Amino acid sequence: MKNSVRNVYLFPYILWIALCVVAPIALIVYDSFFDIEGHWTLENYEKFFTPVYLKMTLSSFWYAFLITLFSLIIAYPTAYLLTKTKHKQLWLLMIILPTWVNLLLKVYAFLGIFGTFGLANAVLNAVGIGTKQILFTDFSFVFVSVYIFIPFMVLPIFNALEELNPSLVDAARDLGASAWTTFRRVVFPLTLDGVKAGCQAVFIPALSLFMITRLIAGNRVITLGTAIEEHFLVTQDWGMGATIAVFLIMIMAFVVVLTGNRR
Amino acid sequence: MRKLVQSFIAVLLLSLLLLYVSNRLNEAGGYAGDNTLIVYNWGDYIDPKLITMFEKQTGLKVIYQTFDSNEAMMAKIAQGGTTFDVAVPSEYAISKMKEEGLLLPLDHKKLPNLKYIDPRFLNLSFDPNNRYSVPYFWGTVGIVYNRNMLGGKKITSWNDLWDKELRNQILLIDGAREVMGMALNSLHYSLNDTNKAHLQEAKRKLDALVPNVKAIVGDEIKILIPNEEAAIGVVWSGDAAEMIAENDKLDYVVPKEGSNLWFDNMIIPKTAKNIEGAHQFINFMLDPKHAAQNAEYVGYATPNKQALQYLPKEITEDKRFYPDFDKIGHLEVYENLGKRMLAYYNELFLEFKMHRK
Repeated sequence: MKNSVRNVYLFPYILWIALCVVAPIALIVYDSFFDIEGHWTLENYEKFFTPVYLKMTLSSFWYAFLITLFSLIIAYPTAYLLTKTKHKQLWLLMIILPTWVNLLLKVYAFLGIFGTFGLANAVLNAVGIGTKQILFTDFSFVFVSVYIFIPFMVLPIFNALEELNPSLVDAARDLGASAWTTFRRVVFPLTLDGVKAGCQAVFIPALSLFMITRLIAGNRVITLGTAIEEHFLVTQDWGMGATIAVFLIMIMAFVVVLTGNRR
Repeated sequence: MRKLVQSFIAVLLLSLLLLYVSNRLNEAGGYAGDNTLIVYNWGDYIDPKLITMFEKQTGLKVIYQTFDSNEAMMAKIAQGGTTFDVAVPSEYAISKMKEEGLLLPLDHKKLPNLKYIDPRFLNLSFDPNNRYSVPYFWGTVGIVYNRNMLGGKKITSWNDLWDKELRNQILLIDGAREVMGMALNSLHYSLNDTNKAHLQEAKRKLDALVPNVKAIVGDEIKILIPNEEAAIGVVWSGDAAEMIAENDKLDYVVPKEGSNLWFDNMIIPKTAKNIEGAHQFINFMLDPKHAAQNAEYVGYATPNKQALQYLPKEITEDKRFYPDFDKIGHLEVYENLGKRMLAYYNELFLEFKMHRK
């Protein structure tokens, strides 16, 4: 009796997993074995190991790594300061607020800010540096991506810091540890789960960014996400697009396992 | 738990209420049954006043949806989720859609205004006897440039773009056929070339252009060029006309080596539900006065001969946008090269994008 009730509860979960997780992945894997004319082939996998796609994979990795790194460098101190402020929730809300604005809108705003006659160059001119090309560079691409992903890094770290028992910090200080040692030996290890969760939440979507690569980087940065979009929408080579997606899924699974908790 | 259930039910009730309200609103707005017409067109490619006028005249409600590439449009029509009644693809897309059986034949008896179309734009190779399509706009691919930023230097050919002085000054549109076509033309090959050696040569030539390319962008180019973000853009003629209207230092040229000549055409896709209404709409757009109003708004060249008399002379006599037909022998129309060749074009284009400075 009890078992059957549990089964009923399990039903929506299983349905969800089957329809929205297993089926799409199976379809992607299935599609990846067909060429552009619909014949069965392994050609797509061979093609992935040509220099073009390997280079693309490496550069996707590199940019995703940079985005995650800078997000972490900015987000950790921010989250730490937030836990020390008086109106924590309000300040946290301020950080989450930008995520309520449509992504495309934010990206378009940067087109104006970073343009030759934009705000950023006006400031550079005013301090005597002169006009620089900011738009369509690696810098602008990483900057805008970090700006977009930062809330997803701050939140888990903030939660981890909140859960940290302050008496542990007090104990460390009482026993003579310096502020830096306390942070290194007590605070950081205890919030590592938050950092890992944040890195996953940033690295994985950063790996398959596409719109920003065209709008902000002017297609000077090509990631695997851009290639998938192009294969599905323009070339209509669904097989190749699906093959890249299969590799992305494998890479992401690998990242999750690597940063996962071994307990 | 109880609270959770309560809030869940509240959300459910609210959604049902909203569904009901939106249904009622649709009915009140006339969006019900067979008196709607779904038009599927490129973004910003019709004078909205004409839609209102058409609705008033016929009592039909027009639902206007947009796409930004022929490929995306074809994918959506093939998939058949929405009942599009009229769409506006380019010529090579029409031959492809014809092959795949995505088009319904037109009833010429219901399109009396077809007689106003310049015969030079009728019975073209992609659709003999206009069985499936009637022309909407036509134009070219060319170079828009800022006279002031170039210090009075004139651009007349594709090869001018490879000039070392133009470092970081060029914006390209994000289209494989346009960019590959430009390189092929600069080497005096056809932009429908399928010889892989020629295509590789074109790709190598593009790699040499990389230092001059500031970015490869989409519709944003219509903001970036008038804002003087870069001095040169490779664009479609109508977009150039729009940019020139915003910034009078700009000029447009169709390069002398040759370029692309294209036609966008109205068709009735097989997804159509309101076939009668679709014919009415097409005939309405073919009316010379309406065609003229549309051409003035959109900025592209109209194929409607009678419409020209309603347009200001400075538009119709502008040879940049209404070139003489006997002088454009060097322009080519895109042919449907087949999926495999198109994939090859795109692969080379992708490699070009990845080529670093």
